[in-house]
Amino acid sequence: MDLLNAFVAFSNYVLLPSITYGSQLALGALGATLVYGILRFSNFAHGDTMAFGTMATILATWGLQAMGVSLGPLPTALLALPVGILVTIGFVLATDRLVYRHYRTRKVNSLTLVMVSLGVMFVMNGLVRIIIGVDDRQFADGARFIFTAAQFREWTGLQESLGLRTTQLVTVILTGLVVAWLHWFLQRTRTGKSMRAFSDNENLALLSGIDPERVVAIVWILSAALATLAGVLYGLDKSFRPFTYFQLLLPVFAAAVVGGFGNPLGAVAGGFIVAFSEVFVTYSFKKILGYLLPADWQPEGLAQLLTTDYKVAVSFAVLVLVLLFRPTGIFRGKSA
Amino acid sequence: MKKLLIATVSSLVLITAAQAEDIKIGIEMGFTGPIETLTPPMAAAAELAVKEVNDSGLFLDGTKISTVRGDETCIDAGAATAAAERLITSDGVSGIVGPTCSGATSAVLTNVAIPNGMVLISPSATSPGLSTVESNGLFYRTAPSDAREGEILAQIMIDNGVKSAAITYTNNDYGKGIASSIQESFEKLGGKVTLSAPHEDGKGDYSAEVGALASAGGDGLVVAGYADQGGAGIIQTALDTGAFSKFIFPNGMWGESLLNKFGSQLDGSFGDRPGSDSPGAAKLKEMAEAAGIDSNATFVAETYDAAAIMLLAMQAAGSAKPADYKTKIMDVVNAPGEKIYPGELAKALQILKDGGDIDYVGGSDVEFIGKGESAGSYAEIVVENGAMKVVKYH
Repeated sequence: MDLLNAFVAFSNYVLLPSITYGSQLALGALGATLVYGILRFSNFAHGDTMAFGTMATILATWGLQAMGVSLGPLPTALLALPVGILVTIGFVLATDRLVYRHYRTRKVNSLTLVMVSLGVMFVMNGLVRIIIGVDDRQFADGARFIFTAAQFREWTGLQESLGLRTTQLVTVILTGLVVAWLHWFLQRTRTGKSMRAFSDNENLALLSGIDPERVVAIVWILSAALATLAGVLYGLDKSFRPFTYFQLLLPVFAAAVVGGFGNPLGAVAGGFIVAFSEVFVTYSFKKILGYLLPADWQPEGLAQLLTTDYKVAVSFAVLVLVLLFRPTGIFRGKSA
Repeated sequence: MKKLLIATVSSLVLITAAQAEDIKIGIEMGFTGPIETLTPPMAAAAELAVKEVNDSGLFLDGTKISTVRGDETCIDAGAATAAAERLITSDGVSGIVGPTCSGATSAVLTNVAIPNGMVLISPSATSPGLSTVESNGLFYRTAPSDAREGEILAQIMIDNGVKSAAITYTNNDYGKGIASSIQESFEKLGGKVTLSAPHEDGKGDYSAEVGALASAGGDGLVVAGYADQGGAGIIQTALDTGAFSKFIFPNGMWGESLLNKFGSQLDGSFGDRPGSDSPGAAKLKEMAEAAGIDSNATFVAETYDAAAIMLLAMQAAGSAKPADYKTKIMDVVNAPGEKIYPGELAKALQILKDGGDIDYVGGSDVEFIGKGESAGSYAEIVVENGAMKVVKYH
């Protein structure tokens, strides 16, 4: 019984939050890693692409809500998601046409492109704030919980409890589906193969008759769709605020780099590693040890590796450690 | 000729003596700077008290009082010091109502008031640091120190049967100050603080913070933050995970948005915020409105009281010299004596003139503790059926 209590407490405060957060980071990192792998630059505007996509989705959600459309227990935002994705794809493709293509045709080095993306980031940053404002917005509707902590306690009679939110389940299921589909797309389809070929050796790919503009467009489309999905899931689960999304850029990049920049599977693993270490390192194990250890071995203190003040530093620390010992990331990506 | 000369000289002496009887009060406030929107009604409230005293004609055998304004700027200690010096040396004031901001107050107090032996009564400086300055009885404030709220809240927690609690606070000076004051007072009363940890405002995810707090445990969670910021995020996560069901809120949390967002999920949570059921507050509000002052503005009552207390102390001492009346300030504010509400300054002046004793209550229910700062009055609030309910006043 004590073992079960310890496990439930661990799931409630460490496992569930970090799986959810990890999924959101993984989706964000996937988009960033695709751009890096094929277009060969770190897209600093990725965090704000997430914010832009979420904003478009929120506006569409409001429209649907005004028309009285709802998805029952599921958030209406899921129905609005395709609209948000389409708008974001349109915006990102227009940016490529107006900004990035100019530099791509001149074959500038990747550092220049990084700076260009920084500029794009500021523009998107401002646009989002002008259109929707800087305030905190909750746009999740439908049933908030699959089961609440109180219900769980009633069913199981355990001392510890566990609450599962609808948005957590939606996040995990959607992430699983999208990652599986993307893996299939890159490995099995003709377009996916041409993208990988372009990433491995651009000149060879051109010689084999691959249309570079088409590959670039597909990369932007995928990256915009993934960013929007990641942003909407994060916003549903927590809340939407442009500034928070801007700050998400760091853990997203940490996840991509840890997994090996340019490596899609690595990005997913990286997302979970960063999320887990953030929660795990700052969690206080006092309660869990209380269930597992005999009474006279109980820890006096909180059994916490780092106080929560250092939460933000954890993604940096993971990043530095990985770069020190495996500069190309855990799953052998391209070195930056 | 000689007689005429003597007569002229003596009449001149008389005239100057009569002029010397009229006194000036300095009003030094942040008329420019970050609180420039708050200060105009405050200064008007001080002038309202002065006018009331002048109209009575009972002050120090008919002495008239005039006011001089000085700009303290709130953030520039140099400008605040210079303004105070000018008030004392060139205007020759007998006392200063102000300064308004804690930083400026501390600069003026140590650099100007103490060396010159000038009395300061600040209506709005709330920093706990000011309680420890050795001011030789020259500094008073009609606003309570932030540390005071911690004492009140700790008492409310004990009264409500909370024996152990975890504290999370917003990571800035206000949050840190109030959290440490709650912890100190709570432990003094026999409570146990399991963990006191900060949270950053404006983040999306607070699961790590709530995880640590939940593991530390406690009968309730003290959230010393802002309702529109990280405080709400912490509560949301704590409710979702079932970590805590009872929350304790200091002043900063009682925003409209708190109950709009969580409603009856917060039933049974409680806390405090400044508030008073004293009849003086209502009376002062009426007077301020009649005088065209925005009566809902903050610190209006405290400022009226600061000016009134200064003048009543002068009356009690029978002198407008700071060295004489500074010892009378505690006497006029605290019991024993006849209770004095706003609009009754004439009555108070008469009582003091006759050698009686008064207990000034004023618009902010003022009672001086320690070296001379307001004890403050706080309303204890509980959440019932998703609405705030005032239980009692402390």
